[in-house]
Amino acid sequence: MDISTKNDAVPPPVSPPSEAEQKRAARGATRPGDRIFLGLSRGSGIFLLVIMAAIAAFLTYRSVLAISKDESNFVTTLEWNPTAAEPSFGIAVLVYGTVISSIIAMVIAVPIAVGIALFITHYAPRKLGGPLSYVIDLLAAVPSIVYGLWGALVLAPQLIGLFGWLDDYFGWTGILDWQGGAPRSLFTVGILLAIMILPIITSVSREVFRQAPLMHQEAALALGATRWEVIRMSVLPFGRSGVISASMLGLGRALGETMAVATVLSPSFEINASLLDPGGGTFAQNIASKFSEASEMGRDALIASGLVLFVITLLVNGGARMIIARRAEYSGANA
Amino acid sequence: MSQTVNDRRPSSLQGATLPKWSPYAIAGGSIALGLGISAAAGLDSKIQWGLMAAVFFVAASYGIAAKVEGRRQAKDRVATSLVWVAFLLAVIPLVSLIWETVERGVKVVDVYFLTHSMGLVTDTEPGGGIYHAILGTLEQVGIATVISVPIGILTAIYLVEYGRGRLAQAVTFFVDVMTGIPSIVAGLFILSFWIIILDMGYSGFAGAMALTILMLPVIVRSTEEMLKLVPNELREASLALGVPKWRTIMKVVLPTSVGGITTGVMLAVARITGETAPVLLLVWGSTFINTDPFDGPQASLPMYIYQQYANSGGSGAAYDRAWAAALTLIAFVMILNLAARGIARWKAPKTGR
Repeated sequence: MDISTKNDAVPPPVSPPSEAEQKRAARGATRPGDRIFLGLSRGSGIFLLVIMAAIAAFLTYRSVLAISKDESNFVTTLEWNPTAAEPSFGIAVLVYGTVISSIIAMVIAVPIAVGIALFITHYAPRKLGGPLSYVIDLLAAVPSIVYGLWGALVLAPQLIGLFGWLDDYFGWTGILDWQGGAPRSLFTVGILLAIMILPIITSVSREVFRQAPLMHQEAALALGATRWEVIRMSVLPFGRSGVISASMLGLGRALGETMAVATVLSPSFEINASLLDPGGGTFAQNIASKFSEASEMGRDALIASGLVLFVITLLVNGGARMIIARRAEYSGANA
Repeated sequence: MSQTVNDRRPSSLQGATLPKWSPYAIAGGSIALGLGISAAAGLDSKIQWGLMAAVFFVAASYGIAAKVEGRRQAKDRVATSLVWVAFLLAVIPLVSLIWETVERGVKVVDVYFLTHSMGLVTDTEPGGGIYHAILGTLEQVGIATVISVPIGILTAIYLVEYGRGRLAQAVTFFVDVMTGIPSIVAGLFILSFWIIILDMGYSGFAGAMALTILMLPVIVRSTEEMLKLVPNELREASLALGVPKWRTIMKVVLPTSVGGITTGVMLAVARITGETAPVLLLVWGSTFINTDPFDGPQASLPMYIYQQYANSGGSGAAYDRAWAAALTLIAFVMILNLAARGIARWKAPKTGR
């Protein structure tokens, strides 16, 4: 009955509607229930953003307090003595340990994860594919502390033989030199982290490989390509960016993993060129192990190192998500 | 080699092929070779003979196939065997982990273990139990679930049903980023905000808040996926009948996707139940039963495992308790996982696929 109000050219005779009323009329009637519901759900979304901002703000605040009292360079110092009369602590050892253990984990996990993803999508009998991906997902469900317990009490003793062998044949490189200590080194941690990040890399790669255009694969088969040639020529090029972002998601996990590392590694605050000798530390492990005996200053110092970890994982994860998002726009697979 | 020649098919379209059983034969041979070499060299590590057998298998299948079928087929066989090896490599740790946990844990788990706390039991002597830890875990996870489920579902509704423009894009991006926050960083945030600045003291509730941060993005993501599966026709039909949008969401959209949302929530619960790091920083741990999550340190199952492992100095009794607690935790998480997937299959929306 009120069509005229929507037409700007013919204003209604009685009172011209205000701008706000016009807007509302254009959107349709808003009922109080609708407004409350929209407010609630938008509020929840904003709450999430506030949490993220608060995490950054509070961590930065405590870190600035800590770093301003640090008597030595926060980036290059090779010791962690925040409680001394002249607090001196630095993240160099932690950066080294975190990067090295994550690199080892990635080198082991990425090829295996791609293999498993290909196995599930292209090699396993179709009926087996579902249950197999479920088994891999179960790996992700195991709590990290149980991985830590298993890594320290089951995996580490098994690695003695392998370490001895690596030392015998590759010890001359210095990197794989082993003095015969307990195998609770960055290398062991890397192997354990590889097992822990396998599921996430596998599940993302699996989804990407599954989307690879069937027409290309059938065309290649029709030209007489073997199954491996089909995969190399049509599946892998299609899935490359997906695999990269999956690996970065896995890297984010490996960087931030706490309990498994804290359980397996026997830490020391020094940079050791050998990967097989025990020692070193990672950001998350250092926080967990040093926390219970830390003073107020010690806690602030740990928070400062946590902030660095937060920023690194933020960059890695944000990068991975951007690659996924960009790919989704022009892949055509989800059209 | 003589069998393979006999097996050649008469068809001229197909070159020489290895018989179907050849991969199994090569696999058996290389495992035997790996075992033999380890036995001869006196190596007792299972990892070593496994790796050796894998290398032998790949090398042998390439060599034999290259000779009989040609290089392209040989490459294909190598790729196939590498893919199989990759899969087996991933299954071995899972099997070993579950096997060891069950074998070592089942010695200690009994009714006494599940119904008593560690109060007055020192770390090195046998006895004691995990009742206080189970209680703490249930309360902390319960509080985290109660806080994060409504906020998570409402956020997902905002993103799917209302979200246009910059705000929705920002929320989507930061939910993704939030999934990647290391659990220890979430713990540090609550530590700096709740314990250092507000000076509130260690409690189960502080741990629950950190768990909420870890749980929220998981719930938002899974709920969002489920809401997107609801067919638009259902929404349009309801709106066309003059039903307000919020009632459409509450009465049509949510009931349609309730199965998937429940699955997502249960998987999120399973995930945070095993979180140790934030609990370690915020709940502090206790060997006594503390039923009040808002006051004083509590225990929690994952933290109990860590403390039994780390504080006992290698005592057998403490390790046994750690394995038993790990078994309890894995059983709980796996049951939750299985139930969640069961619900997902049972209540899956019919999308015509």
